Amino acid sequence: MASHPTALAHHFDNLEQQREASTFGMWVFLVTEIMFFGGLFTAYAVYRLRYQEAFAAASNSLLTWAGSINTAVLICSSLTMVLAVRSAQVDRRKMIVLFLCLTILLGAVFLGIKAYEYRTEWQEHHFPGAGFRFAGPDPRHAEMFFSIYFCMTGLHALHMIIGMSVLAALLLPAWRGRYNPEWHNPLECVGLYWHFVDIVWIFLLPLLYLFGAHPR
Amino acid sequence: MDTANTPAVEPMPELELPRTNYLNAAYGPRSWLFTRDHKRIAILYLASVTAFFALGGFFALLIRLELLTPEGDLVGPDTYNKLFTMHGIVMVFFFLIPSIPAVLGNFLVPLMIGAKDLAFPKLNLASWYVYNLGAIFTLWSIIHGGVDTGWTFYTPFSTTYSNSYVVSAALGIFIAGFSSIMTGLNFIVTIHRLRAPGLTWFRLPLFLWSMYATSLIMVLGTPVIAITLLLVAAERVLHLGIFDPALGGDPVLYQHLFWFYSHPAVYIMILPAMGVTSELVAAFSRRAVVGYRVVAFASVAIAVLGFLVWGHHMFVAGESVYAATIFSVLSMLVAIPSAVKVFNWTATLYGGAISLETPMLYALGFIGLFTIGGLTGVMVATLGFDVHVHDTYFVVAHFHYIMVGGAIMGYMGGLHYWWPKISGRLYPVFLSRLAALLIFVGFNLTFFPQFILGYLGMPRRYWSYPPEFQVLNVLSTAGASVLGLGYLLPAAYFIWSMRYGKLSPANPWGAVGLEWDTDSPPPTHNFDVTPIVTRGPYDYGQQPALAPQEAPVG
Repeated sequence: MASHPTALAHHFDNLEQQREASTFGMWVFLVTEIMFFGGLFTAYAVYRLRYQEAFAAASNSLLTWAGSINTAVLICSSLTMVLAVRSAQVDRRKMIVLFLCLTILLGAVFLGIKAYEYRTEWQEHHFPGAGFRFAGPDPRHAEMFFSIYFCMTGLHALHMIIGMSVLAALLLPAWRGRYNPEWHNPLECVGLYWHFVDIVWIFLLPLLYLFGAHPR
Repeated sequence: MDTANTPAVEPMPELELPRTNYLNAAYGPRSWLFTRDHKRIAILYLASVTAFFALGGFFALLIRLELLTPEGDLVGPDTYNKLFTMHGIVMVFFFLIPSIPAVLGNFLVPLMIGAKDLAFPKLNLASWYVYNLGAIFTLWSIIHGGVDTGWTFYTPFSTTYSNSYVVSAALGIFIAGFSSIMTGLNFIVTIHRLRAPGLTWFRLPLFLWSMYATSLIMVLGTPVIAITLLLVAAERVLHLGIFDPALGGDPVLYQHLFWFYSHPAVYIMILPAMGVTSELVAAFSRRAVVGYRVVAFASVAIAVLGFLVWGHHMFVAGESVYAATIFSVLSMLVAIPSAVKVFNWTATLYGGAISLETPMLYALGFIGLFTIGGLTGVMVATLGFDVHVHDTYFVVAHFHYIMVGGAIMGYMGGLHYWWPKISGRLYPVFLSRLAALLIFVGFNLTFFPQFILGYLGMPRRYWSYPPEFQVLNVLSTAGASVLGLGYLLPAAYFIWSMRYGKLSPANPWGAVGLEWDTDSPPPTHNFDVTPIVTRGPYDYGQQPALAPQEAPVG
């Protein structure tokens, strides 16, 4: 601790207190995120109960294979994130940078596949609005499904972009050896955030893609 | 005794400003705009919320002037709709919610727990900038012609039919909400992790318990209104169909999501005022608050119950009768922890050595007015009675008794109590007592007639009314003028005191608490040595009351 006094902010007694405070702060922030997504999940639950058939039909039109691959990509990115933290714990500076880069790369792959999905849905006129077309039993409520789908996945993608930006911001300090077994709390906190975003997707996959999926 | 008119201060040799304190440690705009000192950020917030209080008060003034006569003669109906909307938005989101937490809480939480600062000083400063960014969005919509949806933004009017600046106002509130989340998060982490050695949970002053409960609501509730208003904006701009029935949505879902935050938001306003009242009652009765633990848990109970009662805003909005019954019962349960507090304050007063200093006048005002506001709350939680008074001035009077009679009374009491600590100066005693009296009388004259108006059937949100309601409306407008005067007076003497007020000793009230153990104003790092706490709060022992000749005068 004494060898890295720069990490200690003036108003904390020691690094241990500072670490506990910022990790705890991150957990509280994640609680606010749960409530934030919670509003959308509530809207989804209410309307899905009311318009089962329309929602199932609309859900079935999503690219389930793309959602599934993306799930695998995200879970792998969580692994590389953990390995970045682990590398700091065993004091492997270059490995931290490598795993951070891999995490960012996997995030980019996820967003790329997501963009491909959006493009497909745009071509099939599944964007809500005047151009919306849907060859199903209840196009009006299918449109509502897509409204909620784009809100939820869009908000999730925004969280991914923010996470990738923060990870990118940690690259330089990591390269310069700021993180070591005694002090790597920024990595840990971003890690918590990254896993949270991952878990949101774990909920989105069954709710949006799987529940209406059947062979077309 | 009455030195209110003394033109200038004779500096007393034994009482000089501490050589370095947080106010004179650095000068210039940069030292304020980039500060990470929680005390300076509190002052920044004080300036911002005071500006918004004045703006909201200006809208209230125009509303009351319009209602002076039965005819709609001062402003048109559209303008009137915008006036009450912007009065509500400004007062609720930009004054009441940040008032006590962001000003007094910011200043006091680290001082009361013996810490050097909040856990996240940069986040704290960021919250002030975020607040102002939200304020700019809202001001933009006000300047360009305002919003007319009511502060509640009910759909489908807000999403489809209103031709006013809904999106920028909603985004303004969305953004300002994050400043509230940041403040709440900061307080929770600070209270958990930065308490001085020996300061256990049950040695915390009750103000901190109420701040903690408030922070829980801020952290759990605010994100929900954020996503809700985001959806309203998205629905308006992108024509997504979430709430608009024309697009297959359900407008009542909006009301559920809106009130899930906005009812607990009332407790964001009243819980801090309750915390202030606990401090004031103890300090000016020279007694520990009776039933400390019960009062502390009552704060948490109010915060928890507050999340379970939102449906009582929707009794006539097509809610099922079973849901309405349950929400009605749960709403009445809130009265239990609230009454616990009122009874405990009263019990503390009983047998206490009471001194009627200015802050105590506000505390006593709070207890009385909050009781009226709370009991009428039980009345409107009753299904049958609510159908009669729903959307009438009875409801307007009820929530103003809570928000103005409760929250602002607490805020003013707290400001008067801690002003010597904040500024290092004393304010004029006579003028401050006069202001407290004006506010109490003006408030009751403004809002008590509205209970009667509402019971007689005058609906809220109309710009004109039948002539038989005029007498009560004239009384209300007259009261509002007195109330306005009562608020201008403290603004004037607080500013005056910053330069000309007598220097305050470290502990002008002879009160107990870590914040009184350090200088007035405190040094930048609050304490020269980290205090070690060995006693519970309000350890007044057998101290005598503040003798008149010792009473601080300004």
